[in-house]
Amino acid sequence: MAEIQIKNVAKRFGEYQALSDINLTIADQEFMVLLGASGCGKSTLLRIICGLETATEGEVWIGGRRVDHLAPKDRGIAMVFQNYAVFPHLTVFENIGFGLRMQKQPNDEVKRRVERTAELMHIEQLLGRYSGELSGGQRQRVAVARALAMEPDVILMDEPLSNLDALLRLEMRAELKGVLAESNTTAIYVTHDQVEAMSLADRISVMHQGRIVQAATPVEVYRNPAERFVAGFIGNPPMNFLPANRADAGKWTVAGQTYDGPHAADGSVEFAIRPEDIAPAESGLPAKVRLIEPLGAHLLVTCDVDGTMFRAVLESDLELKTGEIINLAPHADRIRWFDKSTQQAVA
Amino acid sequence: MNARLLPYVLIAPVTAFLCVFFLYPFFLVAQQAFTTGNGFTMDNFREVVGYWKFPISMRNTFLLALAVVPIQLALSLLMATMVNKMKRGRDLVLYVWTIPLGISDLAAGIIWLAIFEQSGFLNSMLHGLGVVDQPTSFLSYQNLTVVFIAIMLAEIWRATAIMLVIIVAGIGLIPKEYYEAAEVFGASPWKRFVKVTLPLLRPSLQTALILRVVLAFEVFAVVAALGGSTFPVLMEQIYENQFLLQNSGTAAALALIVLAISIFFTLIILRALRVPKGATI
Ligand SMILES: Nc1ncnc2c1ncn2[C@@H]1O[C@H](COP(=O)(O)OP(=O)(O)OP(=O)(O)O)[C@@H](O)[C@H]1O
Ligand SMILES: [Mg+2]
Repeated sequence: MAEIQIKNVAKRFGEYQALSDINLTIADQEFMVLLGASGCGKSTLLRIICGLETATEGEVWIGGRRVDHLAPKDRGIAMVFQNYAVFPHLTVFENIGFGLRMQKQPNDEVKRRVERTAELMHIEQLLGRYSGELSGGQRQRVAVARALAMEPDVILMDEPLSNLDALLRLEMRAELKGVLAESNTTAIYVTHDQVEAMSLADRISVMHQGRIVQAATPVEVYRNPAERFVAGFIGNPPMNFLPANRADAGKWTVAGQTYDGPHAADGSVEFAIRPEDIAPAESGLPAKVRLIEPLGAHLLVTCDVDGTMFRAVLESDLELKTGEIINLAPHADRIRWFDKSTQQAVA
Repeated sequence: MNARLLPYVLIAPVTAFLCVFFLYPFFLVAQQAFTTGNGFTMDNFREVVGYWKFPISMRNTFLLALAVVPIQLALSLLMATMVNKMKRGRDLVLYVWTIPLGISDLAAGIIWLAIFEQSGFLNSMLHGLGVVDQPTSFLSYQNLTVVFIAIMLAEIWRATAIMLVIIVAGIGLIPKEYYEAAEVFGASPWKRFVKVTLPLLRPSLQTALILRVVLAFEVFAVVAALGGSTFPVLMEQIYENQFLLQNSGTAAALALIVLAISIFFTLIILRALRVPKGATI
């Protein structure tokens, strides 16, 4: 059992507030992805959980034990470092077996586990090499194998697949998820790749400027962003935003069209819709087509609605010309509203 | 200019300098060692090796190297690790520790002589504290162990810093992520030192050890100041042959023997601490 609880954690580097008010519970055997832009504090949070960094405030609990004061090795964790940290003076075999050797496991057990994890990461033919003789991607897989070989309760991974080519990454991703599910490991996985986050996660924690702005299932994060930042960060292309004017109680005028919305003061909310949740119709938001990009199955159409840039993903058999004005109707149940001052979603 | 030639042109002045001031004198020394009035001979070598003081000075030189170098290695590793852990005042401590480097070895010998002499600091202190009734002569031929220890202390005080600076620089080159990885995977501080620091420090250890070992076989001024003729070493024999006996042939032969010993140990150190291909940081 390795549930992770992070309570009120904050971290300051001198004056700089790297993390603030982090509260997160990760269930036993859950696969949690930390997603956020570069510099938002993902690595810092991971390093606090594993004990390489101490939090300025707050507590970390793993498996019902408070671990803040424990050394990293006593926390039942293994970690894949963002910069690999594969030992240059040891062969791949000894690198993968490093933690097991430190635990004084017998030789044949070390051999068995090293070979099994190496096979999993497709590096069994590299076992005799030194890290200077490996590519970045191979080194990264050695780092993952070294963590897996420990068979830890909790595995922390800091962008472990960032250096692999697209195909290998897809394959490793699936394999990693399978291995971790099978071994009942609780995983925290850091990435800034949202596709990776969506495909791997049981839950995603979206981080922004040292805070967790939303922690929910991938579908929830995608469908119901808790904050305007999440809506603009997740999805490619991200959500569209349009200004809204109050027409009546719970009615809002957006680019001349009226939609049902929250009960709020005038001018205090924004209208938001995903590019996929739009279809051409008889009546809808009047959009002037600026750019048409065929994506294969779909067309990515960039238009101008009410002076604001607006993107729509439309059927590819549509006949469109730039400069043309079309009407785009949003699916009513996919419309979201955000409070302009608090940036929070409002119903 | 031709890009392939350029490097050679650029190193030409240094090469010429080395040839004129090092290689040429070296050949002269070799010539002196292997010749007497009438052509090639091994007589000089036979003479110096047969001299009764030769085995003693050889033994003394090796004993001193064996006693001093390992202690200096351990000390400089310890000091370097401590310095590297310091956040503030690191440079100041390093400067203080390297002061002995700026003092010539003869001066160092004289400083330690001032401590151990019959009328020196140590005697005055012991006398003042009432530990001894009257000043004793520590550095006499009856007290060879004390002479040896005094020389050891002076050598350690004088020449540890030369290893220290090299090792401090080497430790600074090891990325801290390796220590973090080792820590997360369960290595204690001692294990991290043995499993991460030492292996990654091999290139610096090579340089430091070679420099120090070669210097250890050239020990002279400190020994002369503290031990005088009670503790003969190889370098002292060279001095004696050259300036007292006025025999440059035998002096040259001894110099070549010291050179051979130095080369031998350099090769051993290079081999023992070599880094496999692909295993560098
Ligand atoms: N030791 C430190 N001292 C001072 N500031 C630090 C330190 N470590 C991290 N920071 C700062 O904290 C912030 C968060 O860093 P962190 O490494 O956690 O980002 P990240 O989300 O992992 O980014 P990336 O995706 O680029 O790896 C950054 O602005 C960084 O400059
Ligand atoms: Mg990071």
